[in-house]
Amino acid sequence: MTTGVTTSAKPKVVVTGIGAAAPNGVGTHDYWSATRVGRNAIGRVTRFDPTPYPARLAGEITGFTAADHLPSRLLPQTDRMTRIALAAADWALTDAKADPASFDAYEMGVITASSSGGFEFGQNELRKLWSMGSQHVSAYQSFAWFYAVNSGQISIRNGMKGPSGVVVSDQAGGLDALAQARRQIRKGTPLILSGSIDAPICPWGWVAQLAGGRLSTVEDPERAFVPFDPDAAGHVPGEGGAILVMEDAERAVERGARAYGELAGYGATFDPAPGSGREPGLRRAAELAMADAGVAADEVDVVFADAAGVPELDRVEAEVITGLFGPRGVPVTAPKTMIGRLCSGAAPLDVATALLAIEEGLIPPTTNTSPDPGLGLDLVLHQPRPASVRTALVLARGHGGFNSAVVVRGTD
Amino acid sequence: MTELTLDGLITIMRECAGEDEAVDLDGGVEDTPFDELGYDSLALMEAASRVGRDYGVDLPEDALGRVRTPGEFLTLVNDRLAAVTAAGGAL
Repeated sequence: MTTGVTTSAKPKVVVTGIGAAAPNGVGTHDYWSATRVGRNAIGRVTRFDPTPYPARLAGEITGFTAADHLPSRLLPQTDRMTRIALAAADWALTDAKADPASFDAYEMGVITASSSGGFEFGQNELRKLWSMGSQHVSAYQSFAWFYAVNSGQISIRNGMKGPSGVVVSDQAGGLDALAQARRQIRKGTPLILSGSIDAPICPWGWVAQLAGGRLSTVEDPERAFVPFDPDAAGHVPGEGGAILVMEDAERAVERGARAYGELAGYGATFDPAPGSGREPGLRRAAELAMADAGVAADEVDVVFADAAGVPELDRVEAEVITGLFGPRGVPVTAPKTMIGRLCSGAAPLDVATALLAIEEGLIPPTTNTSPDPGLGLDLVLHQPRPASVRTALVLARGHGGFNSAVVVRGTD
Repeated sequence: MTELTLDGLITIMRECAGEDEAVDLDGGVEDTPFDELGYDSLALMEAASRVGRDYGVDLPEDALGRVRTPGEFLTLVNDRLAAVTAAGGAL
């Protein structure tokens, strides 16, 4: 399939700042320190009593105190995911040495992804509605639950009035948002904050995810989320993600910014209807992203897998990877085995992780899994693997048939 | 029901809408517009809802929409309270 996309004439878009927040590390430094050595952070849910539910494990962020990072005006009007997103946006801007005051307001935008919105905030207000009456419902419920609220609050806090929005396509949305940011930068907006933070670990968010039918009910934290393993039985949900500062490469150079790397390619597809017998769309998404980046299979140094942890989906992904790169033809990793699947936060965090892997020359490991050798994957297991990494392929699938892929490439 | 005082209103604003770091709410703010105090219309709605529950007084949205300062807010609330009292406790 030809894409009609030529990359040479299009302006480069680079990542100049990373704000990561994950169950095994809050802040980019702590996150990478934990992830590069494979530190697990899956445990029993503590944010509510999970006893009555069939799934009881999660990757929870601990040690994030919103009042330490945000003004008190923002606390009554924000869900947990928004508080973490606002802090991550601050960290990303600091990392990029990008002071919003030095840009025109219309030169900066915010494009995030979201899976569920502010479920914990919404649940609390619905509880007040039905137990105490409508006069007890917060006026802030009008927007605090909403999918677009992280984009809106980041935009307001930092005075960013350029192109902004939200993408909702589950895990794939995390990559779709980065692609939309790249699109807007190429149309002339120099800087966009993008990525996603999700945090639906509350009873409402929990039952919504249970309804999806893919949560692992295994009780052992080291065996509950084991993608590509013969014992794979679903995934453990987590919270967090990453906010990235994305910039036009030339403008970034002009202001003296350092770039982690380039968002070089993107592809997105939708699966055919169930039962059609046609091939799932993941391979085509990866091919489109590689064609967009102008990279051949032998130039890809590592693949960050979607790693669904559902046998059929794992098999599909393994076939895509071995089909493109050959059996054991490329190192594959899934650091999300340490922290669970973070809804739309997962893929931006994988992109951040890929950039940090490029920077250090180290592929972080996949933990807990003992992969089926028949799948033919060269999975980086248990220990990090030193490697010269210049180009990474990141895959993400969203519930309901979304497939997205990006290629990130280190800058010279 | 006792009158709503400036201190009482400030306490409610702090609890339900937080406080702008750049503003001293204890510095005699009766006639300072809410927007200069860092409070937008939603913060005011949130406070009005809380005052309504705590003081048993209903604050009509159109009247609330005309309120610009804490002093005007107090006048609105306390006039309503007085009317409730005069009407024998229900309005």
